[in-house]
Parts: sequence; structure tokens; C-alpha cells
Amino acid sequence: MSDDRKHVFDHPRNVKRVLRTLFGVSALLLLIDLVYQRHVQHAMESIFGFYAVYGFVACVLLVLIAKEMRKLLMRGEDYYDDR
Amino acid sequence: MTASLPPFAVFFAGALLAGLCRGHLRAGLMLLIPVAGAVNMLALEPGQFAEVALLDYRLVLLRVDTLSLLFGYLFHLAAFLAILFALQVRDTMQQLASLLYAGSALGAVFAGDFITLFVFWELLAVTSVFLIWARRTPRAFRAGLRYLAIQVTSGLILLAGIIARVQETGWIDFDFIGLTGLAAWLIFIAFGIKCAFPFLHNWLTDGYPEGTPTGTVFLSAFTTKVAVYALARAFPGTELLVYIGATMTMFPIFFAVIENDLRRVLAYSMINQIGFMVCGIGLGTAMALNGAVSHAFNDVIFKGLLFMSMGAVLHRTGKINGSELGGLYKSMPWTAGFCIVGAASISAFPLFSGFVSKSMVMVAALDEGHPVVWLALLFASAGVFHHAGIKIPFFAFFAHDAGIRTREAPWNMLLAMGLAAAVCVFNGVYPWVLYGLLPFEVDYHPYDFTHVLTQMQLLVFSALAFCWLKLSGLYPPELPGVNIDAEWLYRRLFPRALARLTEVFIPVDRRLRRLAVVRGERFVAGVFRTHGPQGALARTWPTGSTVLWVALLLGAYLLIYYV
Repeated sequence: MSDDRKHVFDHPRNVKRVLRTLFGVSALLLLIDLVYQRHVQHAMESIFGFYAVYGFVACVLLVLIAKEMRKLLMRGEDYYDDR
Repeated sequence: MTASLPPFAVFFAGALLAGLCRGHLRAGLMLLIPVAGAVNMLALEPGQFAEVALLDYRLVLLRVDTLSLLFGYLFHLAAFLAILFALQVRDTMQQLASLLYAGSALGAVFAGDFITLFVFWELLAVTSVFLIWARRTPRAFRAGLRYLAIQVTSGLILLAGIIARVQETGWIDFDFIGLTGLAAWLIFIAFGIKCAFPFLHNWLTDGYPEGTPTGTVFLSAFTTKVAVYALARAFPGTELLVYIGATMTMFPIFFAVIENDLRRVLAYSMINQIGFMVCGIGLGTAMALNGAVSHAFNDVIFKGLLFMSMGAVLHRTGKINGSELGGLYKSMPWTAGFCIVGAASISAFPLFSGFVSKSMVMVAALDEGHPVVWLALLFASAGVFHHAGIKIPFFAFFAHDAGIRTREAPWNMLLAMGLAAAVCVFNGVYPWVLYGLLPFEVDYHPYDFTHVLTQMQLLVFSALAFCWLKLSGLYPPELPGVNIDAEWLYRRLFPRALARLTEVFIPVDRRLRRLAVVRGERFVAGVFRTHGPQGALARTWPTGSTVLWVALLLGAYLLIYYV
């Protein structure tokens, strides 16, 4: 295996392509939500873009809370060994 | 047919045979054992029993029904994939332990009474610990000891529960119990320890990441799924399980986000997935139970696949921390691809296995009037995509290039991962075979437009959140370190408290001892003074003086008599 070979994500252009696809798919999924009448089990599901917003907010909350937890819970790697 | 053996017997006999040979012959034989076991099991029919008498009890070594058969198929498949993955291992301890461990799991799911269950429950513990000790580092040895202590404790609590149950009812049948009475609670807690209930879960996140690269693949398949099976058998419809399950889906994802050891991330994510199953068992409807056990089936395969891909990375690079890895897709493209299939399956992408099983539990949660629990499960679904679906492949194979250049995983590992990935896709695309094995008739169609749309919205926007956090620099970097969890109690607080107690107690103890010694010496000295060679009481007296004293006493007596 040669060390200096260029791989697919070594080109920033390809990373940008992935991101642009993701943005496009996101927009498309929201657009479908606008026109398609989903069947729902619970009233809150019928809010426009419920799943999209919930997924986004959940992940942002998850990471931000976890980041705060790190301040409280994180110790050195030898924390349990230093007896 | 009575010609069939109980499934565990095939593995135990196979382990004996494998112990007698070496090298390629042993490896080939090991691969044949789950195949032979599967052939043996295909001849089993629901309603079949095999019993032996022990004292006053009849032990049911083999109870065949749809539930035990489903886990039987699953464990044979998982054992085959894991043995194939570990085919290059030449370590007798690991090889035999893995066969006996898989056999014990089969023994437990086909057990029809609690005494048989207890025996295999403990065998699961003592056979599996060797897969951790086989790493042969002091760190793994200590982690193994902690793992074993907790697993054996679970067995002891189970035994106490069984004894209490025999006292209460006189029955040892392993069937529905329900959560009433001391015996039921003891058995529930014993199951809960192996099932990694909150606060009882750290044996999993402590032990599994310390196993050998191949051993952890075995570990991830059996112990917790036996516990899920046991809960589904004895406690379906127990409402408490709904809340325990929802908690299990939620809290581990936070730890998974900040954990650096990628196999420990998978261990936390495993608790999260078991949470969905526990929740389904708690809901207890046909749909929920179908969801719980089908998700157990899918989880063993996709979690096994993820542990295999991380095992392959560890095998090739000797590293497993997110902070030290990255860019491996360049050297291990196939492993990266299979890892992504596992990640898509655990995240429940349409056309992958998680999509067709997890959703049954979620639909049942709303059906049974638990909207808050449903929101928690939905949060956890987004979270699992985040930490297992994105984080694992991203930090191992992509992210910044750590500069590691290695070779692709060995052929047998690639084949095992490829087969596991094929099962994930097959169950996702064509779920009807899996649905046909479930304990209840399935009245559920995963592929309707709304379900696909909403799931895609949830996942794509979660990915969007990841990208935004990463690009804006808000995403926490991978850092080496230890995150405090419930295990802190027994790994830090109790040992520290004990050390402090001895610190305080030792001087007091020393002072008391010194005091006792001084007092004792003083007493001995006193006795010596009177009774020693020079003591007043040890002196010899002439006989004449004694006669004089006796005459004097008699005279005094006479005098008193006359008066």
C-alpha cells in the first residue's frame, strides 16, 4: 500500500459533494412533508416536520449535554489504577 | 423425533473433541460444530421435552417452543459467525471457552426449569470470563475478576430466588412468574444484572472492551440476550420494565458520545439497544413482544458485526481509541464498508435490519398509551444513529487521517463480516422469514410510505446536526480518559472507604494491643513476685514451724471453745 496515494476524501471537493447531497436530501424530505399527508398515531406527530426537527434537536441536545457531562465526569486514564 | 440431543450437548461434546486436536484440524472442527448443532436443532419440534429426574425434581433439559427455537437459531448463527471470525486464533483457552460459552447459552434458552437454568446461568459466567482473561494483561485480568464477581452474584441471587420460590409454591417450572413476592423480585434482579439494568450495567462496559478482539464478538452475542429471553419468558407485561427499558435507551447514549474506546462506545450502545427490548417486554402485547425478540435477533447480528469490525481494527492496528484512529478506510476499505452496514442496521435505516424490528416496539408504546416513553425511544433512536451509526465508522475509518497504514483484515474475518452484513440486509429487505419465526402472528408492515419518510427525516436531520456541530467546532473532540459511571461505587468509593477505615482502625487496634500486652506483662510480673523462685509463696518452710503453727491454732480453738 503506497502512503502517498490520494484517496477519495483527501479531495475537499468530494467532502463538499457529500455535504451538498446531505443538504439536498434534507430539503427534499422536508418538502415531501409539506405535500404528503402522513398517517399519524398521536396528535404531536402531525406537526409539520416533527421528525426532522425532533431528530435535529435531539442530536444537538445530546452532544451539548454530553459535553457538559464531560466536565463533571471525565478523569485521567489511570483514574482507577492509581491506588 | 427423540433422536435429537439438547443443543448444548452438541457444543459441549464438540469442545471435548476440539480439545483433543490442534491447529487447522481444530479450527475446521470448530466451524463444523454450529453446523452440526443446527442440523440437530432443525429436527426439534415445538412441544418437545427432554427430562431427567434429580431427587424429587424433574429437570427439563429441553423445552422446545417458538420462543426457545428463535433464540436457538439465533445462537447457532451467531456462534458460526463468531467462530469464523476467530478462525485464525490458536489459543486453546479462548477456543474451548467460546464453544462452552455458546453451549451454555443454548442450555439456558432451552431450559424448562429453574434449576437447569441456574446451572447454565453460572456456566455462562465462568466460561465467558476466559474470553476476557485470554487478553493476558493485568488490566484484563482485573476487569475479568470484576466481571466474574458480578456475574456469579447474579447467579447466587437467582439461586436464592429459586429456593424462595420452591418454598412459596413448590414449583421449579421456568415459566411466567410476574413481579409479586420475594422470590419473583430476587429472580427479577438476577435477570436484571445480566440484562444490564441501570446501575447494574457496568460489568458490561467494564468487561467487554477488555476482551480479546475475537472474544468480545462472542461476549456480545450471548449473555445479555439470554437475560432478555429470560425476562420475556418470566416477566412479560411487567409495567416497571417499560420505564427501566426507556431509561436504558436514554442514559448510555450520553456516555457513548464522550467515550473514547470505540468498543466501550459499542458496549454502551448495546445497553441502549437492550433497552428497546426490555421496553417491549414490559409493554407485553403481541406486537411489542414480537418487536422485542425480533430486535434481539437483529441486534445480535448487527452488534456482532460492529464488534467484528472494531475487533478487526484492533487486530490489525493494536489501537481502539477514537483519538488514535482515523483514515483507516484507505487501508481497510472492506472492513469500513461492513462497519457501515452494521451502523446503518443499528440506526434502523430503511432496507437494514433494525428498521423492521425496533419500530414494532415504538408503535406498541404509542398503542399502549405511553407517549412520553415513545418520545424517549425516539430520542434514543436519533441518539443511537449519532453515536453508533456515525461516530463509530467516522472516527475509526474517516475523520482526520491518523497516518496508520496497515493491511485489510484476514480473509476469515472479512467473510464473517460479509455474511453478517448479508443477514442484516436480508432481514431489512425481506423481513418475512424473521417474522415467520416470531412467537406471535405478525400483523405489521414496516414498509409503508409514512414509516420510511419519518424514519428518513429523523436520521437525515440527525446527520445534519452532526455535520453542523462538527463544522462549527461545537462537537467535543475524542479525548483519552475515564468517564465516571455507577461502577465508581465499587471501583473507587468502596475500596477508598475500606482503605480509610483501615487507616483509622489500625492505630486504634495497635494501641489496644499494646495496652493488652502491657497489662498482661504487669500481671505476669505480679504473679512472678509472689509465686516465682524468690516469691513469698514459693519459699519452703521447715516442718517444725508448721507443727508450731498447728499447735498454736489448736490452742486458740480450745480457748474459744471454753469461753
